[in-house]
Amino acid sequence: MATRTISYRDAVNEALAQEMERDPSVIVMGEDVAGGVAGDGDDDAWGGVLGVTKGLYPRFPDRVLDTPITESGFIGAAVGAATRGFRPVAELMFVDFIGVCLDQIMNQAAKFRYMFGGKAVTPVTIRAMYGAGLSAAAQHSQALYPVFTHLPGLKVVLPSSPYEVKGLLIQSIRDNDPVIFLEHKAMYDVTGEVPEESYTIPFGEANVVREGDDVTIVAMGWMVSKAVEAAAELAASGIDAEIIDPRTTSPLDLDTILESVEKTGRLVIVDESSPRCNMATDISAQVVSEAFGDLKAPIKMVSPPHVPVPFARSLEDLYIPSPQDIVNAAKTVTDWNG
Amino acid sequence: MTTTDEDTASTANTDLGTDRIQRITMPKWGLSMESGKVTDWFVTEGDELTHGQDICEIDTDKIAGALESTWTGTVRALVVDTMVEVPVGGTIALVADVDVPQEEIDAALAQAREQLASGDIADDSGPRLATVEVNGTSISYAVLEPDGESTGAPVVFVHGYGGDKDSWMFVQEPIASDVDRARATYALDLPGHGSSGKVVGAGTVESLAATLLGFLDALDLSTVHLVGHSMGGAVVTAVAGNPGAAGRVASLTLISPAGYGPEINADYIRGFASAETRRELKPHLLQLFADQSLVQRQLIDDLLKYKRLDGVDKALATLSGDLLDGDRSGIDVTAAQASFAGPTVAVWGAQDRIVPASNAAALDGRASVHLVDGAGHMAHMEKPQEVVAAIREAIGSG
Repeated sequence: MATRTISYRDAVNEALAQEMERDPSVIVMGEDVAGGVAGDGDDDAWGGVLGVTKGLYPRFPDRVLDTPITESGFIGAAVGAATRGFRPVAELMFVDFIGVCLDQIMNQAAKFRYMFGGKAVTPVTIRAMYGAGLSAAAQHSQALYPVFTHLPGLKVVLPSSPYEVKGLLIQSIRDNDPVIFLEHKAMYDVTGEVPEESYTIPFGEANVVREGDDVTIVAMGWMVSKAVEAAAELAASGIDAEIIDPRTTSPLDLDTILESVEKTGRLVIVDESSPRCNMATDISAQVVSEAFGDLKAPIKMVSPPHVPVPFARSLEDLYIPSPQDIVNAAKTVTDWNG
Repeated sequence: MTTTDEDTASTANTDLGTDRIQRITMPKWGLSMESGKVTDWFVTEGDELTHGQDICEIDTDKIAGALESTWTGTVRALVVDTMVEVPVGGTIALVADVDVPQEEIDAALAQAREQLASGDIADDSGPRLATVEVNGTSISYAVLEPDGESTGAPVVFVHGYGGDKDSWMFVQEPIASDVDRARATYALDLPGHGSSGKVVGAGTVESLAATLLGFLDALDLSTVHLVGHSMGGAVVTAVAGNPGAAGRVASLTLISPAGYGPEINADYIRGFASAETRRELKPHLLQLFADQSLVQRQLIDDLLKYKRLDGVDKALATLSGDLLDGDRSGIDVTAAQASFAGPTVAVWGAQDRIVPASNAAALDGRASVHLVDGAGHMAHMEKPQEVVAAIREAIGSG
């Protein structure tokens, strides 16, 4: 395993390039993914609004498809292509745009395998960026993963580091079901060690980011790094936190969470999505029904307030769960005296 | 250019303003190790250090082990407390003759602590990494070369099934820094393992032995001492017994070698190959060690990362097909060992649950066999001093 340090952005690019190299049925489609005017040289300078697909068009000119600005059209086309033997990776740019093409995802892609009695598979991957933090305002900052987690037939992936990005994206492309792959827009420049070789990370296996005995902190996506910061501060106060990153919200590795809660007796869940019917409430409900007897304190959920994501930087900063919020929640449950 | 801890100490002495004070630094056990903590000091200020003595117990995020002294002199200061995270290369203790004045020690101590506090520590220890093309496969290896001219034949380390060059982390450096003989040491990744190519071809002991011979040719190593663990023990034996390699192998050191008897833990071999998750892999790894607390989260994570690389599942499945015949060993290298004229030394963990020590009977009268209590299948990680001693015995004066 030869590793080197690369960015979250480059990990997406490398996963796409290696899978396109390996499997000619993999295609990339979306708005501006080829570089705006589908050319090379200067025309390829951009590589999608995220700069993530840069360099793919010159290497695979027949398989990097620029689409019109019509999510309903190209997401539908990707879903259809998937049923006919392609492995499309469609880039939705901002996940907030999914409203106009939700039927293609929720009522078509997610249902095909079931409705056709297993005779159809839909190996489509829909990449999109999500989350607050770049002052992109209420229509470009949502963390909609609970919406997709709610829908049977979809797999939902939230990579929290460059290593996770590459392995989970390759797994998504090879998976025979529709996968919603969500990249946090504040993390593209985050760097980490990534193997040069292709590899996969299985869905439904949580990563134990840090081991500890006093409190379990479940965090996903961008929130994992906030939890790591919080754990360092908690350690200075003598509180040893265990951090669990589920990596996929569907399927969800509840066993690893339950095992940890059995050990610590205390649970904090950090979830960047809106607080009603989100992953924090879902995990909380499941832990209470499976492991009530292990809990020594109420479960604390750290989520934003139930409001649209503010545009003003100062308000957005208050909106996003902070390491301090996590520290406070962890201390509340570790200090709990029933 | 790589250096042993000893060399690191001498080059860094100028920083400390005197060449009479040697620094004991946090070792680099494994290429990914960045820091470690002293969990227990076995020496205290005023103690006389001898070569080979255990200085302290060090815990990394992968594994715990004892730091063996390559220094001689008087311990003048312990720089760090136990349980404090120290970066690789950071000074943990000072060694000097008794006639070095206390003021000089105090100044060096203050400077070492300042350096630790500032985090400005150059990590120039540890082996150099390189790759070489052998029979069309890229072979990755870690090499420690002496500063000056080599006076002893190089030592080549070959890991076992599912292992890699990092598994020699406690052994490679003490052998490279032996005081009486300067020699290069090489630890390679076999095909299908570590950073080497993942295509294993036939995936037999013979094909791996051909790769090892090709490796020796490619690096122009005419005479070598071979050290092999488990499957690697069978591979080095096959090379030593190969008539085409006559005279090239000066000695064999075998650690729980495969191919010396019918007993092998087939469930482990198959389970390791098929495990896809942390939950599936951990019970198998627990069988590797006598002290199961050595199986830490990072060790499991690193093995999972390796197993998830494209091609590794196929490589392991191919290799296990050769290693096993049903639930028994599928390989036999005793004839190869019998035809090897040089010295053979074997080390077997008494608690080995993968290739049990009962197999050592095959070496009766043919090798010096050391049964090590408190070690499982990974004696070179659990009891590295015993393995280092065995290698020195095999090397003799060569």
